[in-house]
Amino acid sequence: MDAQTIIARRVAQELRPGNLVNLGIGIPTLVANHVPEGLKVFFQSENGLIGTGPIPEQGMAHPLLTDAGGKPISALPGAATFDSAMSFGLIRGGHVDITVLGGLQVDAGGHLANWMIPGKMVPGMGGAMDLVSGARRVIIAMQHAAKGKSKIVGKCSLPLTSARPVDMVVTDIAVIAFPGGKATLMETAPGLTIAEVLAVTEAELAIPDMVPEMKL
Amino acid sequence: MKSVSAEEAVAMIPNGASIMVGGFMGVGTPERLLDELVRQKKTGIALISNDAAVPGKGVGKLFEGGQVSRMIGTHIGLNPKAQQQMLANEITVDLIPQGTFVERIRAGGCGLGGVLTPTGVGTLVEQGKQKIEVNGKTFLLETALRADFALVHAFLSDYVGNLSYALTARNFNPVMAMAADTVIVTAEHIVPVGVIAPDHVVTPGPLVDYLVANG
Repeated sequence: MDAQTIIARRVAQELRPGNLVNLGIGIPTLVANHVPEGLKVFFQSENGLIGTGPIPEQGMAHPLLTDAGGKPISALPGAATFDSAMSFGLIRGGHVDITVLGGLQVDAGGHLANWMIPGKMVPGMGGAMDLVSGARRVIIAMQHAAKGKSKIVGKCSLPLTSARPVDMVVTDIAVIAFPGGKATLMETAPGLTIAEVLAVTEAELAIPDMVPEMKL
Repeated sequence: MKSVSAEEAVAMIPNGASIMVGGFMGVGTPERLLDELVRQKKTGIALISNDAAVPGKGVGKLFEGGQVSRMIGTHIGLNPKAQQQMLANEITVDLIPQGTFVERIRAGGCGLGGVLTPTGVGTLVEQGKQKIEVNGKTFLLETALRADFALVHAFLSDYVGNLSYALTARNFNPVMAMAADTVIVTAEHIVPVGVIAPDHVVTPGPLVDYLVANG
């Protein structure tokens, strides 16, 4: 199983019936493809839609029905549309149960940096800061390392997205949560030992008595 | 409400005006007014728009000829031209969180001085802003935002300017239609009064100053 599939499939296991879920771009988008069969959740697109469906079949796209990247999507039965004030009211107001976002760095205290690299990449934060500030649960879906460098760091060197810590990080090799504000190794990817995960993790991780493998 | 051509509508906009433009990545943007802003070579525009779209689409068209001098938005990452101009200091760009962006505009349109939001507390966004504690929680005071002109795109407009929107093309349009001195609207379809039932009107006609004729 490739890294992205491991991450998306494990994150999808966090979804509960009836959840209102907002997926960020990149790996988080893939989570929609791994929703367990029979589980009904609502996906929000922050440009004004609850009930986003798959990419439309050829000839079925509508120019006024797009995702937050401007790409055509479909709407499922029961979908609802609304303006941006409502959309961010849902996000900031705690009505979104889970947001899944990509990350550049997450630190030992659960702080996320995911919106800029000073002097290099300054695209703007879009909806990321509101999502991390307001969603009930924030899950980060990202590769454990980039160019050989751990993205789970002691302290974020990049500008923070929010002062509010995230709830969970799912990478291709580990699941990390932050009980009591401390980064804790909850699961490892199948076939990996705790030591192997720690060897490629910059942040210090607490190790509970039981660290099961991800069930994928 | 007065009916005008796209040419007449844009001729009313002076160089250096502040302009709110509806749309999200070019979806729900009044393209004909953007084309006309390009054709009439309006310059020094202070653009208030969620994003810079992509080159050749929506507000993205304004960056090709360097017509924007300042922008307030939330994301310009998909328009390399806008990125270049920002990094070369040819334009000033204020990037702010999207929820804050829309609430500042809503405040501007609703007669409020601003809003209190938790978004941005403890980040670069809080720099230079007043922090206010309410019931033990810290908020940033974000001030109201208004513009000289709002360029709005609707799905339906009736003859008196009542508007309804379609799908994800609604986005910032109804909020911006409240927050500018002059509101100019294009609509996919202009329909007789009564076609949009009163319950389905999102933007009431009296908010619309100019409706751009179709055809």
